[in-house]
Amino acid sequence: MSLLVEARHRLGNFSVDAAFTSDGGVTALFGRSGSGKTSLINIIAGLMKPESGRVVLDGDIIADSERRIFTPVHRRRFGYVFQEARLFPHLSVASNLAYGRWFAGKQGKAADTTRIVEMLGISHLLERNPSALSGGERQRVAIGRALLAAPRLLLMDEPLAALDEARKAEILPYLERLRDDAGIPIVYVSHSVSEVARLAQRVVVLEDGRVKASGAAADVLSAPAATVATGRREAGVLLEGVVETHDTTHDLTTVRVGERLIRVPKIDLAPGHALRLHIAARDVMLATARPEGISALNVLEGTIVEMTPGENGSVDIRVDCGGTTIASRITSFSRDALQLHQGKPIHAIIKSVAIDH
Amino acid sequence: MDWLELSDAEWAAILLSLRVATVAMVGSLPFALGVAMLLARGRFWGKTVLNGLVHMPLILPPVVTGFLLLLLFGRRGPIGAFLAENFGLVFSFRWTGAALACAVMAFPLMVRSIRLSIEAVDRKLEDAATTLGAGPVSVFFTVTLPLILPGIIAGMVLAFAKAMGEFGATITFVSNIPGETQTLSAAIYTFTQVPGGDAGAMRLTIISVIISMAALMLSELLATAAAKRTIAA
Repeated sequence: MSLLVEARHRLGNFSVDAAFTSDGGVTALFGRSGSGKTSLINIIAGLMKPESGRVVLDGDIIADSERRIFTPVHRRRFGYVFQEARLFPHLSVASNLAYGRWFAGKQGKAADTTRIVEMLGISHLLERNPSALSGGERQRVAIGRALLAAPRLLLMDEPLAALDEARKAEILPYLERLRDDAGIPIVYVSHSVSEVARLAQRVVVLEDGRVKASGAAADVLSAPAATVATGRREAGVLLEGVVETHDTTHDLTTVRVGERLIRVPKIDLAPGHALRLHIAARDVMLATARPEGISALNVLEGTIVEMTPGENGSVDIRVDCGGTTIASRITSFSRDALQLHQGKPIHAIIKSVAIDH
Repeated sequence: MDWLELSDAEWAAILLSLRVATVAMVGSLPFALGVAMLLARGRFWGKTVLNGLVHMPLILPPVVTGFLLLLLFGRRGPIGAFLAENFGLVFSFRWTGAALACAVMAFPLMVRSIRLSIEAVDRKLEDAATTLGAGPVSVFFTVTLPLILPGIIAGMVLAFAKAMGEFGATITFVSNIPGETQTLSAAIYTFTQVPGGDAGAMRLTIISVIISMAALMLSELLATAAAKRTIAA
């Protein structure tokens, strides 16, 4: 599977001029609100016609302004999960699910209703009306409806943004299953680092309608360029790791990241399972000597590789810990007090409870 | 309670009114739906003119509308002559003419009701349907139409009620012939013009009040249902 998207479009003062490719899995379009993520995904869906651009899926030209090709939305077979569920209020949940399947014709028959309904955990909702569902349930039905249309590509525009934290936590595992089981390439729009960190294999960072960075999720999200999109609060690094052991007495999980071990709150994954950890720079402390009598469980030895002055007297410091880079944000006062400089050996201290899975 | 008993002529007037109103309502529905769709969704030159034309019968004196219908659809009128020659469809001094007059008078009400319900439809739902593989025609029939159905029904009820009470345009266009064009209103009018007709006028008045009230309440009920459904989800 390969997806190529190029688009140039002007909307009043705002313009989109972006291009990216994807070769399957989950590609996240990541950026702040107003960065052009939704415009770009609408261009892929065909809901918006760009002034110029191309959309090519597996060599099949879906749209090409130069060749004057524009496949109408309903013939693209791109599933779309919107921010609000957009279920049809005059149809039951079962009929909502059947809607796309019916229009998909032969391909729709191939979609396995039972399996998708099971995967999303919505079998007990089928007879209900959409107005009788909770936000999380609605969104799961919307995902099921899109999947049952047997899409070649699944577009998701901040499907969790309208939900509270509890509902998000309820849906995220379904999205992970979808990514791992369904085998449909997904373009996932989000401004949440934790969602992107958890779901995406590739990340395209958008800012003011332009691609600021793109590549493998861990590389892009750990690079300083992502700071603009994540907002300074969330800036940090994304580490690829493998579950090593579980400590059941204290509900902790040890994760191997490169040569180092990091202890995090319990994660329900079997040892050997790959996962990503997002560590925000503001949650990392630095010490010149190994601290004693400290509650933080993770103390990583390393050397300072980069120091970048940030806003409001803060300094972003990147520490190389045996091949793994950790970012830390401290005050310039601390930098001077500790006499930090490039190449200086240092200890990075991370509280376990501050780490997002 | 003898005075409550209806004469044959009165029954004829009531049945004729019901038939005229039903034909007017059903016959104008496709046109009203089309025009409402154009006014709600269309972007074209002359939209204001079309809107004005549709609402004209609401503002013009009914007699003027009736006279214009007579000029256009009468035996010698350009449209009337054409329809009579080619389809054998004659309007002047027939009950069909009464239906046409009622349809024209009720048209703005029906268009208005349908247009409002179309404007209340969340276009995002239609976008969602398109991404699920539904073409424009399918979207209209599977999403738009079911969502505006209460509005359509409300518009039809309003149009029916208006047609039941139409008087000015009808009497000007097709006169007041008992058994052919004498509708409920025309019959009441006739009663008031003869000595001792008060009882007959009162009987028919009660019946028109009942019919109109029922129609208005039904329309109100359906409008509420429509509002509920389009807001949900």
